Amino acid sequence: MEPDQNPLPPDGSAATGSAATGSPATGSGPQLNGTEGRDAPPPASPGPPPASPGPPPASPGQARRRRAWVQSALRWETGLAVVAVAVVVFGGLTSTQFLTSSNFFNLSVTSGEVAIMALPMTFIIISGEIDLSVASTLGMSSALLGLLWSKHWPMLVILVALAVLGVVAGLINGLLVTRVGLPSLAVTIGTLGLYRGIAQIILGANTVSNFPATYTTIGINPVPHTNIPYSVAIFIVLAVIFGVVLHATPTGRSVYAMGASPEAALFAGIRVKRIKTMLFVVSGLVCSMAGALWTFRLATAVWNNAIGLELSVVAIVLLGGVSIFGGKGSIVGVVLAVIIFAGLLNALLLTNFNQEATGIVIGGLLLISVFVPNAGALRSRARGLVRARSLRRSPEIGAVHD
Amino acid sequence: MSTALTERQNPSSAPAGTISRKLTERVFRIRESGIVAVLLVFVAVTASIQPRFIDQANIQFLLSNTTVYALLALGETMVVISRNVDLSVGSVLGLSAYVSTNLFGHHPGIPIPVVFLAGLGIGLACGIGNGLMVAIGRVPSLVVTLATLYIIRGIDILIVGGNEVVAQTLPNSFIDIPRANVLGVPYLAIVIAAVIGAGAYYLRSFRSGRELYAMGSNPEAARLAGVPVGKRIFTSFAISGGIAGLAGVLWAAQYQTIDSTAGTGYELTVISAVVVGGVAIFGGSGSAVGAAVGALLLSTIASALNVLGISPFWDQAIAGFLLLVAITLDRVISLKLTAALRQRSSGVGT
Repeated sequence: MEPDQNPLPPDGSAATGSAATGSPATGSGPQLNGTEGRDAPPPASPGPPPASPGPPPASPGQARRRRAWVQSALRWETGLAVVAVAVVVFGGLTSTQFLTSSNFFNLSVTSGEVAIMALPMTFIIISGEIDLSVASTLGMSSALLGLLWSKHWPMLVILVALAVLGVVAGLINGLLVTRVGLPSLAVTIGTLGLYRGIAQIILGANTVSNFPATYTTIGINPVPHTNIPYSVAIFIVLAVIFGVVLHATPTGRSVYAMGASPEAALFAGIRVKRIKTMLFVVSGLVCSMAGALWTFRLATAVWNNAIGLELSVVAIVLLGGVSIFGGKGSIVGVVLAVIIFAGLLNALLLTNFNQEATGIVIGGLLLISVFVPNAGALRSRARGLVRARSLRRSPEIGAVHD
Repeated sequence: MSTALTERQNPSSAPAGTISRKLTERVFRIRESGIVAVLLVFVAVTASIQPRFIDQANIQFLLSNTTVYALLALGETMVVISRNVDLSVGSVLGLSAYVSTNLFGHHPGIPIPVVFLAGLGIGLACGIGNGLMVAIGRVPSLVVTLATLYIIRGIDILIVGGNEVVAQTLPNSFIDIPRANVLGVPYLAIVIAAVIGAGAYYLRSFRSGRELYAMGSNPEAARLAGVPVGKRIFTSFAISGGIAGLAGVLWAAQYQTIDSTAGTGYELTVISAVVVGGVAIFGGSGSAVGAAVGALLLSTIASALNVLGISPFWDQAIAGFLLLVAITLDRVISLKLTAALRQRSSGVGT
């Protein structure tokens, strides 16, 4: 569709490009690495006009594509940065407490877990799948933490058990999606119920809250000599790791490739199933660790911890410019979206908005982030729908089949 | 009837079509009767442990309990068959339940049909919103309805505040709706069964109903064949919303205490019921009757847990587990089926 925005690795696209040599006029020109693609000026119609350098050195097509991609990424991300600033200004104007450093701490501490969970979700959505079970995995892990602690297990062993639990939870998702071939939507709706249900079975109506201060302070105290909560520090470290993996390793590039076109990725020799399984496993692991953080921060383990949090995680990722159809997005965008999200929630908190109803705002944010990127296409589709309706009115169309 | 339909739609490949259709039909008859068998076995086992399970009061309670789920499952079936999903049904039910029955408190003596109309209207409005966004925005319905799930719930929370509708404000004739019965069978269950029958007939035999299946089995082919895909998607979401609105009023009549948590988490149960009842989550196959049986199975399980003294905390895990089992089984069956069809028509290709 949009070859200049399509972040396929050059070597990966070479295979598909040469296969499509028969129809260079369709706009797949920049992907060709044959000689005619290098000498002749590539068909530039769909791309943004500013970048049209002379033909000179090595591969202008590649350089142009990269620049075009950087530009398009920058555009969405600059937009996000502007919004982030606007949120801060809005918050500062509506409440005098917003810009205080203690509020900054509160703001970041309440969004730490969501932010961490958004990182593996970014990978999963870019690869063309979705994981709705993240909040339930968190809840299940939190419940298990509570149960094992009340049985006086040592904390280190509990954390290992949680990690195993997370890996297993992710593995179930991943295997059902890749090996059985089920849509991730259906699988993770199922595990959303299953994992939350297991949390319910584990703890029932009990609440475990006698965690020692050594652990609960992790949730509410900053890293020594800074004003950054532990969860945010973990998020920053993880964001760097995930960002490097996504943008600078073959694995990361193949995640884009399989999101853009699973078939092409498979034919290019990418181990689609294995990588997708790994993504779900990582997601499960990260979510179960986030469950420990969540439990320590609130100092309580209950079965419904973080219920409904999958909405926030998906909303952040899509707001960050990751395409719900897969194949597009960046960690930078997601990090910016985390900042916007945290700022917005905090501003709402300070304006006495009914906290239980923040779903309206987050849901609205989710809708906006899916609709804004293709607002232009919307209008024509609406017109098309109306035209289709008036076409339907003529009875001859139906009669043809009889 | 159904073979006639096939032949009319693709007269050229009639023989191959009928063979595959026969096989498909047999498999799905197996699929639906399988659920019925599971249901019967389950009831028998539970009843042998706890005879109270099949006494009249419990069956009556079970049936009227199922009505809400079965209704929701009908709407969800239409959506799922066309390869979409509506996650917002639980929230629509909650909003409609509170707003419509709140009318009793504010306008004493308001006729009951008006309350039902109010519920229907609220549901339709929500469904139309979903439908417009999915049809025009061409955004996956999952994302849209995930957002509206929480948006509608949030609106509900804002409207309800800290209040609740309590049984005292509801007129007796309203509360009696789920309890009225003919020969021990709840009147409501009969009406709902008729509604589901009508829905099943519509899906099976009407042009627009068949088009939902066509969209589900291959959206692109359906579009090319001239199916007004956007319009059908819109309609299916509107119907699903409207049904959820009506179900909200029935829910209120049944439980009589309505706060802002009404219907929370119902989307999972309903989708499980639909899928367990044989509607393929990929779209393109399944029936409204199967979905209703699926709903009956799920609420029977919940009721049995209750009767057997097992904690209701198991409900959700079981619903989720059954969903996973059902989609896995469906997938395995359909792979086997495809292999069998390919063998039969080897040489015909694709």
